Amino acid sequence: MQALLILLGTGLLIGLAIGLVVKFFGAESDPLLDAINELMPGANCGACGFPGCGSYAAAMVKQTAKPGACPSMSEETIQKICRLLGVSEEKRERKVAVVFCSGDDEKATRRAFYNGVNNCRDAMQVAAGAKTCTYGCLGLGACARACPFGAIEITPKHLAVVHPDLCQACGKCVQTCPKKLIRLVPASAPIHVFCSSPDKGALKRSACKGACIGCRKCVNNAGENQMRMNGFLAVVNYGDPPPAELAKVCPTGALRSNIPQPKSATLSDGGKNV
Amino acid sequence: MGDYFSLIIGAILVNNFVLSRILGICPFLGVSRSLKTASGMGGAVLFVMTLAGLLTAMINQWILRPYHVEYLRTIVFILAIAGLVQIVEVLLQRFSQPLYKALGIYLPLITTNCAVLGSAIICADEGYDLLRSTIFCFASAVGFALALLLFSSLREKLELAKTPQCMEGTPIALITAGLLAMAFLGFAGLGG
Repeated sequence: MQALLILLGTGLLIGLAIGLVVKFFGAESDPLLDAINELMPGANCGACGFPGCGSYAAAMVKQTAKPGACPSMSEETIQKICRLLGVSEEKRERKVAVVFCSGDDEKATRRAFYNGVNNCRDAMQVAAGAKTCTYGCLGLGACARACPFGAIEITPKHLAVVHPDLCQACGKCVQTCPKKLIRLVPASAPIHVFCSSPDKGALKRSACKGACIGCRKCVNNAGENQMRMNGFLAVVNYGDPPPAELAKVCPTGALRSNIPQPKSATLSDGGKNV
Repeated sequence: MGDYFSLIIGAILVNNFVLSRILGICPFLGVSRSLKTASGMGGAVLFVMTLAGLLTAMINQWILRPYHVEYLRTIVFILAIAGLVQIVEVLLQRFSQPLYKALGIYLPLITTNCAVLGSAIICADEGYDLLRSTIFCFASAVGFALALLLFSSLREKLELAKTPQCMEGTPIALITAGLLAMAFLGFAGLGG
């Protein structure tokens, strides 16, 4: 009984002491900062680049950071924060990952038979993989396994494909791919060039039927600056992308739209049946 | 006077809190990547440990012993230390902005630091009076800061050294800590 009273008494006393000290000596807290801190998700994930939600909130109040860098916040919350800060409302661009390669078993040739660990990163160590095109997707599923949302499918023909409706643009696949084939691009872009090889057109074509041969048909038929040539590779300008109909002019089919397909009937087995 | 001297030398060198008693390893490994953060942490621990030592000795002497409830000391000491750290943080923020900027982030880390609780419990076990407790805790904190400064300097040099890849980072740091602890064994027997 005595112990209980002593414990209670000590707790109350200390609580009282802290309360009094905070009341009399507490620093004035900025009401704006408090309001913004309420809206923060509190996950402290660091995706915004700051070491925690508190730091990001403080930076926004000090105007050294813009709202919209937080992927864990809903659009609504971002608008609320913008209104509190008196900043013009920013729309956060939704991004998706895209695997910039069309070279599946049907289109791409192989120069060797790879019989090793079933992981793209390991296959990379053996002469950059078994495909003729050294820039192409190995289809062994490292990205599919890295995706926490199951958005990447390895087709039965051993090509990695991202399903844009499932992709949350967390960036794990971007880090995992040893060929750096995956990039995060705006979700609103209607078409992409599914090829990453900077080789000469004829060389690319012999390695893969789906490659971009650098014929410039897309560049010529698109609006000004909507498509660019990066050496022998055409690239979409994601600031001002061309319409989806442009895909018709591409002779190899490297330029096409990212229509979400339902997942194939066979489960993505990460290339176990190579 | 010589009594206090041997107490101080004992706490700093012979029975160093981190390297001999193996207390407070969490901030020892966590904050020791650079000399700057280590000195910040050392300063904060010095501040808190001394005050906590005094406060807990007072609680022990005037509340726990008279009512024969020494068994409550773990909970009560933790409560007291946590409360103290909160109060110190608020006062620091109010009265010394430069000190708050330097030490402020480390204060929550010290709240449940076993080194702070450990010094309080050792004082209670050894039956030190108020003055001895305070001096002992101050000296222990100096020892903690010393170990932290030494270790962080070593770690800064380790970053530049060529270590096998499997040992980089924490593994080699742990081995170094062990070697440092062995080195401090050389002080055994000093000061009686």
